[in-house]
Amino acid sequence: MGNTILKVNDLHVHYGSIHAIQGISFEVNEGEIVTLIGANGAGKSTSLNTVAGLLKASSGTIDFDGKSLLGVPAHKIVGRGMALCPEGRRVFLQLTVQENLEMGAFTRKQSEIADSIEAVYEQFPRLKERYKQIAGTLSGGEQQMLAMGRALMSKPKLIMLDEPSMGLAPILVDQIFDIIKELHKSGTTILLVEQNAQKALSIADRAYVLETGRIVNSGTGQALLHDDSVRKAYLGG
Amino acid sequence: MLDYLISGISLGSVYAIIALGYTMVYGIAKMLNFAHGDIIMIGGYAAFCTGYYLHWPVWLAVLFAVVVCTVLGVVIEKLAYKPLRNATSLAVLITAIGVSYFLQNVALLIWTSNPKAFPNMLSFIPYVNIGRIQITGTALGTVVTCIVVMVALTLFTDKTKMGKAMRTVSEDKGAASLMGINVNGTISLTFAIGSGLAAIAGVLLCSAYPTLMPTTGAMPGIKAFTAAVFGGIGSIPGAMIGGILLGVIEIFAKAYISTQLSDAIVFAVLIIVLIVKPTGLLGKKITEKV
Ligand SMILES: Nc1ncnc2c1ncn2[C@@H]1O[C@H](COP(=O)(O)OP(=O)(O)O)[C@@H](O)[C@H]1O
Ligand SMILES: [Mg+2]
Repeated sequence: MGNTILKVNDLHVHYGSIHAIQGISFEVNEGEIVTLIGANGAGKSTSLNTVAGLLKASSGTIDFDGKSLLGVPAHKIVGRGMALCPEGRRVFLQLTVQENLEMGAFTRKQSEIADSIEAVYEQFPRLKERYKQIAGTLSGGEQQMLAMGRALMSKPKLIMLDEPSMGLAPILVDQIFDIIKELHKSGTTILLVEQNAQKALSIADRAYVLETGRIVNSGTGQALLHDDSVRKAYLGG
Repeated sequence: MLDYLISGISLGSVYAIIALGYTMVYGIAKMLNFAHGDIIMIGGYAAFCTGYYLHWPVWLAVLFAVVVCTVLGVVIEKLAYKPLRNATSLAVLITAIGVSYFLQNVALLIWTSNPKAFPNMLSFIPYVNIGRIQITGTALGTVVTCIVVMVALTLFTDKTKMGKAMRTVSEDKGAASLMGINVNGTISLTFAIGSGLAAIAGVLLCSAYPTLMPTTGAMPGIKAFTAAVFGGIGSIPGAMIGGILLGVIEIFAKAYISTQLSDAIVFAVLIIVLIVKPTGLLGKKITEKV
């Protein structure tokens, strides 16, 4: 296993008076798939959004690639090699598929991105077929692929995926998980947030269980898959 | 009849340029910058002082006005609006109205309420005859400027990297910042462009209607806002079409119905359009995000 690429220590996050994240610590090593699982409202998205700089931490530390991310605004974090594919996809509905991908590479030189676009199209042939279409006309599954492709366009060392399977038909869910496995194989480090705990744990190297803003359990994906309390709470017995 | 049409299109072109500023700022910062009309007035004074008192050549006076307004727009955004980025839209609106009165009163202090006779800065453009109709150089210059501005802005937002970044900020600021786009910088740029255009509009307006007062920008500002809503707020071609239609309606109402009632007619048309099509002529449906 590689070096630690992301290290979060004793992180607290508030929304006004709501104490959403209450001192969590976790880390991701190079080459791993790490997953955060937990019920709706546990604080998974809040954690990822804070790491990505969209939300301010109240206290605690976040180190990425050996440097602190505290106080670094979101738009300066991408260039350091971290991409967040946010919950609900949030593709730019009024831009074309190709323009969405170009925006994903906003921090890179114009001359370097043609190859990356080709690579994304190779991975997601559906997007290539629709490259001129406005993203708002894509189906949910296609939008998810676009959101992932867009995040990959920055050539991240670490990609964070927030509920990539949300709202998708089962066959598409399988497809998305296959893509995540492929990304992993090609060497990308992945931090995955999922409500589909079964699937997430089965592909994860390691996992953390989040409950109302605290980490209550952690271990390898396989260990948690067979853990009694996890089975009861998240895997339907 | 055709004369009226031409002066309507010419006045409408000024409204259109002002409306572009309104619409861009609304599209990206999601706020109505009610002080936009007063930036026109400041642009008018900047061009007047340098062009008339200091005898600067027209191009330099206009350039100076554009620079003054661009800087002013960016500074206003930084000082007055940026601290309210997460405030209610009512608070922002009230602030914008406050900025509008502030600018008018500063102008009152510096230039007093005595109207200045603005020299026609487009008088160097010769008139042209098409058949029996004569188009004045001022009208011609105004319409051509308007077309150039529209084409340039459309190319900018559709084709350039910064223009595309602007469109992403208008759709989803959070997602835009995840791409590495500096959202605050993009909003500043939008104010800079909108305010620079307001300076041009100020020179065009005062060249055609040569009385310059601290309140000069207020009414055209409100009308251009109407034009932007009329065409579909947030839409560049919408602002253009809305502005020109508004100018034409106003001139025809003045000529054939009543000078006093022309403004009432203009606003009545707006209300009818909004009842029939609430998003304006070219407005996109606002898709609610879940
Ligand atoms: N914008 C917000 N304002 C106030 N509270 C929020 C906001 N977003 C999330 N929360 C609260 O923070 C907690 C964690 O939410 P979230 O991180 O979205 O959970 P998850 O992603 O695990 O479903 C929840 O209690 C939620 O109600
Ligand atoms: Mg969530």
